[in-house]
Amino acid sequence: MQADLAILLPEILLSLFALAALLGAVYTGKDKVASALVWVTSAVMLLLAAWIGLGDATTQIAFDGTFINDGFARFSKVVILISAAIVLIMSQEYMKRRDILRFEYPILVSLSAVGMMVMVSAGDLISLYMGLELQSLALYVVASLRRDSAKSTEAGMKYFVLGALSSGLLLYGASLTYGFSGTTSFSGIIQAVQGEHLSLGVLFGLVFIVSGLAFKVSAVPFHMWTPDVYEGSPTPVTAFFATAPKMAAMGLFARVMHDAFGGAVGDWQQVIAFLAVLSMFLGSIAAIGQSNIKRLMAYSSIAHMGYALMGLASGTVLGVESMLVYMAIYVTMNVGTFAFILSMERNGTPVTDIKSLSNLSSYAPGRAFSLLVLMFSLAGVPPMLGFFGKLYVLRAAYEGGLAWLAVAGVIASVIGAYYYLRIVFFMYFGEETEELDTPRNPILSGLLVASAVVMIAAVLLNMFGIDSAAAAAAASLVN
Amino acid sequence: MGNLLSIVTFLPLVAAIVLAVFLRGNDEAAQRNAKWLALVATAVTFLISLFILAEFDPANTGFQYVEERDWILNLKYKVGVDGISVLFVLLTTFIMPLVIACSWDVSKRVKEYMIAFLALETLMIGVFVSLDLVLFYLFFEASLIPMFLIIGIWGGANRIYASFKFFLYTFFGSVLMLVAMVAMYTDAGTTDIPTLLNHTFASETLNLFGFQIIGGMQTLMFIAFFASFAVKMPMWPVHTWLPDAHVQAPTAGSVVLAAILLKMGGYGFLRFSLPMFPVGAEILTPVVFWMSAIAIVYTSLVALVQEDMKKLIAYSSVAHMGYVTMGIFAANQQGIDGAIFQMLSHGFISGALFLCVGVIYDRMHTREIDAYGGLVNRMPKYALVFMLFTMANVGLPGTSGFIGEFLVLMGIFQENTWVAAVAASGVIFSAAYALWLYRRVVMGALIKESLKAITDMSTRERAIFAPLIIMTLLLGVYPSLITDIIGPSVSALIDNYDTALAAVSHETVGQVAQH
Repeated sequence: MQADLAILLPEILLSLFALAALLGAVYTGKDKVASALVWVTSAVMLLLAAWIGLGDATTQIAFDGTFINDGFARFSKVVILISAAIVLIMSQEYMKRRDILRFEYPILVSLSAVGMMVMVSAGDLISLYMGLELQSLALYVVASLRRDSAKSTEAGMKYFVLGALSSGLLLYGASLTYGFSGTTSFSGIIQAVQGEHLSLGVLFGLVFIVSGLAFKVSAVPFHMWTPDVYEGSPTPVTAFFATAPKMAAMGLFARVMHDAFGGAVGDWQQVIAFLAVLSMFLGSIAAIGQSNIKRLMAYSSIAHMGYALMGLASGTVLGVESMLVYMAIYVTMNVGTFAFILSMERNGTPVTDIKSLSNLSSYAPGRAFSLLVLMFSLAGVPPMLGFFGKLYVLRAAYEGGLAWLAVAGVIASVIGAYYYLRIVFFMYFGEETEELDTPRNPILSGLLVASAVVMIAAVLLNMFGIDSAAAAAAASLVN
Repeated sequence: MGNLLSIVTFLPLVAAIVLAVFLRGNDEAAQRNAKWLALVATAVTFLISLFILAEFDPANTGFQYVEERDWILNLKYKVGVDGISVLFVLLTTFIMPLVIACSWDVSKRVKEYMIAFLALETLMIGVFVSLDLVLFYLFFEASLIPMFLIIGIWGGANRIYASFKFFLYTFFGSVLMLVAMVAMYTDAGTTDIPTLLNHTFASETLNLFGFQIIGGMQTLMFIAFFASFAVKMPMWPVHTWLPDAHVQAPTAGSVVLAAILLKMGGYGFLRFSLPMFPVGAEILTPVVFWMSAIAIVYTSLVALVQEDMKKLIAYSSVAHMGYVTMGIFAANQQGIDGAIFQMLSHGFISGALFLCVGVIYDRMHTREIDAYGGLVNRMPKYALVFMLFTMANVGLPGTSGFIGEFLVLMGIFQENTWVAAVAASGVIFSAAYALWLYRRVVMGALIKESLKAITDMSTRERAIFAPLIIMTLLLGVYPSLITDIIGPSVSALIDNYDTALAAVSHETVGQVAQH
């Protein structure tokens, strides 16, 4: 028992921190301490990330396989915690100025981070669901953080209703799987479903579980909530949605597919390849018509999830590795892009129309160039890092025998390039319009520039070792 | 000087970074500094690149000046040149100082303009020296970004459409090549180009969705690479982005596009398509021949009816590139020698022709042929220069244009007489459109009011044309200057190609014969 708890220590510490922060804030200044709390929370998350990342590298199993702390889980947790911490830092000034910085915000974010950490470590359908719901419930609330805005509450409501539906699907799938395999633990399921093909019951269960997970990663056709929630939520919350939860959901996806259904790759490969191809195309095509940059980023993230799923669909170690690298790159690009979006203001009010970027390059060349780098990186144009992410998943898909998926992926990336180019077009070729404000928050500009620098520097500096870390992580998951 | 190639490749980029980081302000002095820095950087790059030629050993058909370092994802940063690529590097470094010099009057965002061109130079040289598949792709694709910005920011009225078309067209072409590269890596286990050149890819007939693919993987990979290079060349019928891009690009952009960027396609054919997929190439050669022949005749006819000077020259470029593809796939010494010669000479000639248009565009701000006439009365020096390059474009003996076309036609004649006959008619058409253009712009009486005050070329403009004139004439009378360098590498390439074809099973050859 003691040993089991020791394995869960990071999760326990973060939960304790969240609860202590809740008590402390309620008894002291409530929203007045929110700013400080944001900083403390991100510091705690970064410390935990460092601890997890630099700590013991062995595979540890707690509570009879309910909770698995292996290299894969650690990689995902580090990405989740760092991105959550950075998003918190980005939000602080923005939310404070708009008077929506409640002390609940950092607490909810840390609770959802705990949920995400449980998700990627889940070794059992029960702990899977527990982590997923802890994450989701916290997210439903932060989506409607701006209580007096119809759009924000609508976003929260929509997210909640559709999220509940997807949880229902997932639970239904889980119960079918349990019914036909006789166990909820992944290690038990994988033994029960050995063989050429799954029994019909387990297959149904698998498909429902995949549907539930596809909803969480916003893969087509379960993506409908994404643009509305992205648009309606306060921008810092959108930034959060676009980063950590996506990593967690992708991690969980890989975990379930390989730990529980690893013996039946052929059965889920087609389903995931199908989700991937739809996501890539819909994400690329639907984004073309968007004029709101938040909606555009929503479709962009749908397309990117398609590419990550492409890696996963290959069903190999390389596939998981490529997915992890892709997600790490994706999160970095999105942090930078959202740092920019957060600083898009005109006379103090936020603007989200991409036309407002017109001519940005002539009065803010540094920011415009950074965003240009990020846009080309998102589009997957070399020499930016985003290209290497794409190359990685293409290789995984091709070697996994899914050459058609690789071809579909590159064609979708050409379509997708159009809308990233459109942003560049406004910034560099646009007419002169009323200028955007110079950003008040140096943190945002700093993060924007930093992530743009990473897009180029990582190509020169061996990707900062992300690829070898991902390789080790993938090897610990798939065996 | 173990890393001479890297120095040549990255020197312009270093200059671009220096400009970006250290040059502040947008006043007269800052603009002048930007121009001078760019000019000095490109000129120094050219001078250093001459050292490559000095120490280059044509008799050695392997790669020289090879430099290898570890890079990310188990890829290698590996560069080197052989007889095929070395002259393209020199062409690039030769053209770039002229390009910078011809942009002396740019006043809009001068600093960014120079940065874009300097970065572009690094990327273009990188394409020609890369000896790693992914490194090649990286340079090949990345060159789209500065060109996209050059057309989009400093281009003409319809620049937005042209820049998007340029980017998306070429991007679409290349992504299929990326998939083929992944397939090559999976098959050969390396992205090292010299190793891949010695690797034989499977050519057994494949059954794909019910279609019999003769030549199997090789044919598929050939098609994927072909899609990319054919768009870049550009070959008929995927050439339509080029006239738009040329017309809208600023003069310097057009020069780079015509003189260097188009050559990447031809270089790609020589580096990848022909030696790596010999079976695929052999099977699809007739298609390429006829596509090239159609390109020559069709685009020459289209050029005849153009009213925009740049568009006319753009179409003439497509026609001339038709000779190149034809020569490459003739796969004999004359054909490939001619193709490379034609590419290099076209680099000088078409670059010069776009500069000629630029000279009068700077004065009159129109490219309409009808807006001109009788320029010879006011601009005799210009008339002479324009005449020279018009003739070179037509392929007059004594100019470099003649050698290239002649060699290619000789090469193709040995392979396919009919295609040679059709292609040779292009020579007549090119004389028709080029001379007619010249007559309408330069000859006749100067009757247009607006042209009465036009001035002849300035010293700067003459200085830009001088090196181009020298090269065009020199290569026209002394072609061994090029063929001596490329000859051994080309003959090694052809030997490998023939050996590879002879080695494939008779079954495949039999099937090819049936079709």
